[in-house]
Amino acid sequence: MSSATESSEPNRRDFIFIATGAMAAVGAAAALWPFVAQMNPDASVLALSTIEVDLNPIAEGQGITVKWRGNPVFLRHRTKKEIEEARSAPLDELKDRLARNENLPDDAPATDENRSTKDKPQYLLMMGVCTHLGCVPLGEAGDYHGWFCPCHGSHYDTAGRIRKGPAPENLPIPKIEFVSDTTVRIG
Amino acid sequence: MSAHQTYQPKTAAGRWLEERLPIMGFVRSHLMDYPTPKNLNYWWTFGGILTTMLIVQIVSGVTLVMHYTPHVDMAFDSVEHIMRDVNYGWLLRYIHSNGASMFFIAVYIHMFRGMYYGSYKAPREVLWMIGVLIYLVMMATGFMGYVLPWGQMSFWGAKVITNLFSALPFIGEPLVTWLWGGFTVDNPTLQRFFSLHYLLPFVLVGLVALHIWALHVPGNGNPTGVSVKSQQDVLPFHPYYTLKDGFALVLFFLFFSFFIFYAPNYLGHAINYQPADPLSTPAHIVPEWYYLPFYAILRAIPHKLFGVLAMFGSILILLVLPWLDTSRVRSGSYRPMFRQFFWLFVLVCIGLGYLGAKPPEGGYVFAARILTAYYFLHFLVILPLVGLLEKPRPLPPSISEAVLARRSAKLAPQPAE
Repeated sequence: MSSATESSEPNRRDFIFIATGAMAAVGAAAALWPFVAQMNPDASVLALSTIEVDLNPIAEGQGITVKWRGNPVFLRHRTKKEIEEARSAPLDELKDRLARNENLPDDAPATDENRSTKDKPQYLLMMGVCTHLGCVPLGEAGDYHGWFCPCHGSHYDTAGRIRKGPAPENLPIPKIEFVSDTTVRIG
Repeated sequence: MSAHQTYQPKTAAGRWLEERLPIMGFVRSHLMDYPTPKNLNYWWTFGGILTTMLIVQIVSGVTLVMHYTPHVDMAFDSVEHIMRDVNYGWLLRYIHSNGASMFFIAVYIHMFRGMYYGSYKAPREVLWMIGVLIYLVMMATGFMGYVLPWGQMSFWGAKVITNLFSALPFIGEPLVTWLWGGFTVDNPTLQRFFSLHYLLPFVLVGLVALHIWALHVPGNGNPTGVSVKSQQDVLPFHPYYTLKDGFALVLFFLFFSFFIFYAPNYLGHAINYQPADPLSTPAHIVPEWYYLPFYAILRAIPHKLFGVLAMFGSILILLVLPWLDTSRVRSGSYRPMFRQFFWLFVLVCIGLGYLGAKPPEGGYVFAARILTAYYFLHFLVILPLVGLLEKPRPLPPSISEAVLARRSAKLAPQPAE
């Protein structure tokens, strides 16, 4: 468009040109969307969203790991000493002061009461996925006698709260509901 | 290029084809008559070695796919099936797995050669930047390929590396879920990694074509860094460099064969012969050796987001290298100060690689922090300053005269210049 006769005023041809280009861009984006969206979790993955676990066989001082949505979930029946240790930790010493408990409001503080199972504080039920880069922490290990992640050295306490190392958050607690006195539904 | 449009096929059939598709003339001017500086040393043979390794990986990979099954329940067993049942399956797999390592050895030598001889400087900036893109795609391809056998290291490597993206604010978590196609690394992840691992090598072929195109516009650099000035400075690519590259390739394949036949698992991890278990992380997880320097940088920084940014930054900084080096002298051979910093930088990269394989505790973390700081210092402070401060040695007037001066220096006992 460098001819000498061209006026500097935009004309109808310019408008049509830009409008066509804009429509083509919108069309291309719309056509691209299914190719992007297909990578999100599909219906069969989303369908595996709840499991039920019987807590009765877990004796005091014992912990089990169950698989939920492909990830490990830790269920621990804590000893009196562990509960005491978790409760005596001052809140302002914590790296992450939020409970990260999906059953509570987002801003609930990370007290042991807010982390352990409601009305059954001996049980601690949380995701076994380190909040740093996703490894599975080892139980009854680390400087705080809770969990220790072997990948990059994060230490969690007996309430699953991050105390030391690169992980930014406490181990998250998924949505749980007691379907009977001893059976809990996760998800 | 001088040979353009001058090619006349000798046969009538050749002329008939050439008028319709000038492919023989193209091959002739770019692969045979292509004028190449006559002083290229063996460090320049790695371009040809890399092209050959890409072909080796594609051929062995396509063959392996005839026997491999990309499903979490069958992937591990199908790899063992390749190793035990398939005719020469062990050979194909060892070629492919060790070929990846050889590919990276060659690319690192090729990149350091480019850094030493200033191959990224004007007018070859775009050539260099395409090279950095090739390296990035190679890393993505290698990473996804390592996931396919679905062993313990495959799974946990995939989990940790994809989790790196969760460090990004706001979009991090949904982005990782999108990458996984689920709530963790699982079958959807394996299947898409397989699809992309098959696709990306062909993207590499396209990028390599662009890389060679960008190379053939200004022509090759050379060890003196002095541009080609006359026909005295060049030789036709064939037979001079087809043979030199071919000889280097034979030596490289001997080295490659040593690993295939005598140490096929030396560069891998024994724990990857244990099937993936999403409920238990191995005690010590490390990426493949060729990612170790960047892994060391990631772990050197005690903050999730900044660690990830430093790791990606350490690679992306290469894209702007042409503008960070302020010296107009290309070749490190004529830059006494730069040369020392270059070798120090090589040592720092090797040091970071060593630290990346060590557990992140005590003195190792401290050392990794020093070396990470130096890595960035090299690009952001040392290169710009050295270019301004140092006094380069006098450059030879031409490639031809540099070659002749070296020859007479060899014949006569006194040193040249």
